[in-house]
Amino acid sequence: MKKAMINQAECVACGVCEKNCPRKAITIFHGIYAQVNENLCIGCRKCERVCPASVIQVVQKEVAS
Amino acid sequence: MKKWYEYLWIFSAVYMISGFFNILFAWIGMICFITPLLLSIIGKGKIYCNRYCGRGQLFELLGGRLKLSSNRNIPAFIRSKWFRYGFLAFFMTMFAIMIFSTYLVYNGTNNLKEVVTLLWTIKLPWNWTNTSAVSPWVAQFAFGFYSVMLTSTILGLITMFFFKPRSWCVYCPMGTMTQGISMLKYRGKVK
Ligand code: SF4
Ligand code: SF4
Ligand code: SF4
Repeated sequence: MKKAMINQAECVACGVCEKNCPRKAITIFHGIYAQVNENLCIGCRKCERVCPASVIQVVQKEVAS
Repeated sequence: MKKWYEYLWIFSAVYMISGFFNILFAWIGMICFITPLLLSIIGKGKIYCNRYCGRGQLFELLGGRLKLSSNRNIPAFIRSKWFRYGFLAFFMTMFAIMIFSTYLVYNGTNNLKEVVTLLWTIKLPWNWTNTSAVSPWVAQFAFGFYSVMLTSTILGLITMFFFKPRSWCVYCPMGTMTQGISMLKYRGKVK
């Protein structure tokens, strides 16, 4: 499965990814960084395309069951 | 259904235009300074940026919907902490200088200067508004504050054009401050 991965150290918490995710898989943790709920993420890359800081990468991941 | 706050870009656009007609409208922009800070101080994180900021929405609209953005990746140094906090420090210094020149008009040392300063250097004569109804310092602050707003809009438009639509949000001083406040507030909770 492909999942969005966020470089949280450089995330500016702008919320653009959250707003654009079709699965509502992203939330902004207390205004500090974005986090992905991997159970919801379908790896569509929308967030990766819109992130103004370019800190999201959609990568192949093992699904933890 | 669109939420009411998704139309706040109209407020931002009208605000920027109103300054051309009457500089005193610049004061209204204080809302965009105080609200985000208050919200993050009471623990709402960056909800202002995430939801209510009309300026962010405006860049999204111009750069995204109207395709005025080249959508390239922003150079990594702009998202680095030293650049973001450095820009914040510079911005606040210029802001303090602006407040000080307002004070000099208030105590009568200087006369009102009817200019809007772009990018902290280019002075534009802006003398078509009759500001005699208010104290000179009230008008001086309006000129100074509008200069700040116009300058940041121009920087935002430039980076919107070269990079992603909301590139401004990567180094916006308000965004850096609200994130900083949230970090201090929720220090213990960060992974
Ligand atoms: S769009 Fe990018 S910078 Fe903004 S909150 Fe999402 S991951 Fe962070
Ligand atoms: S890849 Fe798609 S589904 Fe996953 S977080 Fe990003 S926008 Fe949402
Ligand atoms: S970072 Fe600045 S411009 Fe962007 S949403 Fe936040 S306050 Fe608005």
